[in-house]
Amino acid sequence: MNLWQTVRAALRAILRNKLRSFLTTLGIVIGVGAVIAMMAIGAGARADIQANFAAMGTNLLIVLPGSTSAGGLRGGFGSMPTMTNDDMAAIGNDLASVKRVAPVLRSNQALISEESNWTTSVTGTTPEYFAIRSWPMDLGAAFTMQDVEAGTKVVVLGRTVADKLFGVNTNPVGQAIRIGPMPFDVIGVAAAKGQSSMGQDFDDVAFIPASTFAHKIQGRFNNFLQGTIYVEALTDDVVERAQKDITALLRDRHHLAATEDDDFSIRNMGEMAAMREESTRTMTTLLASVAAVSLLVGGIGIMNIMLVSVTERTREIGLRMALGAKPHNILSQFLIEAVVLSVSGGGLGIVLGLGAARWLGQLFHSRPQIQPEVIVASVVFSASVGIIFGLYPARKASQLDPIDALRYE
Amino acid sequence: MAAKLISLTDISRVYVTGDVEVRALDGVSLDIDEGEFIAIMGSSGSGKSTLMNILGCLDRPTGGRYVLDGREVSGLSRGQLAEVRNHVLGFVFQSFNLLTRTSALENVELPLLYQGLRTRERHARARAALERVGLADRAHHTPNQLSGGQQQRVAIARALVGRPRVILADEPTGNLDSRTSLEVMALFQELGTQGITIALVTHEPDVASFASRVVVMKDGKLLSDARQQPKRAALAVGAGAAGDAASP
Repeated sequence: MNLWQTVRAALRAILRNKLRSFLTTLGIVIGVGAVIAMMAIGAGARADIQANFAAMGTNLLIVLPGSTSAGGLRGGFGSMPTMTNDDMAAIGNDLASVKRVAPVLRSNQALISEESNWTTSVTGTTPEYFAIRSWPMDLGAAFTMQDVEAGTKVVVLGRTVADKLFGVNTNPVGQAIRIGPMPFDVIGVAAAKGQSSMGQDFDDVAFIPASTFAHKIQGRFNNFLQGTIYVEALTDDVVERAQKDITALLRDRHHLAATEDDDFSIRNMGEMAAMREESTRTMTTLLASVAAVSLLVGGIGIMNIMLVSVTERTREIGLRMALGAKPHNILSQFLIEAVVLSVSGGGLGIVLGLGAARWLGQLFHSRPQIQPEVIVASVVFSASVGIIFGLYPARKASQLDPIDALRYE
Repeated sequence: MAAKLISLTDISRVYVTGDVEVRALDGVSLDIDEGEFIAIMGSSGSGKSTLMNILGCLDRPTGGRYVLDGREVSGLSRGQLAEVRNHVLGFVFQSFNLLTRTSALENVELPLLYQGLRTRERHARARAALERVGLADRAHHTPNQLSGGQQQRVAIARALVGRPRVILADEPTGNLDSRTSLEVMALFQELGTQGITIALVTHEPDVASFASRVVVMKDGKLLSDARQQPKRAALAVGAGAAGDAASP
């Protein structure tokens, strides 16, 4: 009896009890479906995070000034300006591991055009900022170092802000707006970056030169930098070294003794990306293992029904033996029946999993990623479940005594 | 005289249950020639079923020699015995033992599955076997669509399809009425004339009268062994088979 004939006989035996066979495979269907859906959603979430942090720049370090402590009440990071423009210049010029630096001064301001107004986050910075964020201009141009040195009143709008102030997809370059009471010229619109996974709109921003921001909005004229410093490390590989170098440089410049704490802090975006990714991976693995338990339960279901089937068909087994079936013929017949059951369950599970992944993706606005290797693994796994849990009943059948089996009522 | 096909020499079969030893067969010696139609009779417990199981290579004797078709089979493994059953023997059972919800054709093909034949040849041989028992037009009926006599004829076709040397029948008419019994016996007689050896277990003297040799067993031993002029079942059958074919 060759393999194909055995598979056909197995299919016929399975189809003889359609409902029972379906219920038997349900555990495998749900298990495989859940594993595939979970893995696809997890991979999608990881890809989202990677894309978000890639948009931020993975070799980005953010240096925040220290905190104030007034009467035991400690302000958050940045509540005390401990860094100066000279600190920033030193980081940019003195360290080999650093490629670029840019100040980031932020405040929410009302922007007013002739026809509309919109309150958004205004960032005071230098042209380097756009290089660090690898953020090209869509229309017009970014401001230059000359603008920063002269403190000119020019503004670069994010796409969302341009849309809100001037209408969707218009070109506002050359128009005038006011930020608070001060007139600014729109000189550029930054390319659209889209949303972060948390729903934050990267394009709901406006940029003006750092000096203009400090003088006109913050109203400060001293050398302290009331904001953060964005630092781009030379490459992805030296991000940690850059972090150490900056720490050493700032401690030295701030004359901190070895026992004193840093009066600044450095956030590593690459590290944050890795942490977020790690936590998503852990979550995915957890969910997938729960789903895998269902596969185990499904396997036990198959073993149970195969044992019932062997008992029910004892006479058939005896007859087949009398007609010339060898023990291994009977073994492979029942083993293949178990494998066909579990693999068809796996097939249904794949369909279910793909459907569930799509549906969940729509529900959570994420893009699930179907991984072919997960599908292959599911098929292999469900086949192994069939073999493992089918082996015992099949062996039991093959070792029946033909005389007893024939007499079995 | 035809060649010896089956040769049992001093065969014994002892069952041990706890301390009790049961001698189901006690030194049975029996030779069966090719083409013989032998009936094995005896009351229940006489050992005739055990003898049948040993003849059918379903069971192994605890002592003695069994030579089937020139081959010593008493020491073979389970797998080797299966092969002997597949190629040399055909079985007919009292309760037909057809697979339910499976067509007559597929039931007849069953022994050929284990010979590894191609589908086309299996179909052809199964059809030919069904034709031989007069059921070519019922090939696609399932057992529950067939009468008892027809079911037993399907079972005989199944026993024939592997081209066996010997057909072993265990009370083949036990579940049939007297008219269909006659049909079945006629079929056996016809196969006998075609050179197939038939060994049949029965407790009905009527049935045994169609055989050319009758062996009677008692307490695990042969009580008598006589050749006889078989009663012809053919005449009765001609009408029976014709009537059968006409019935829906």
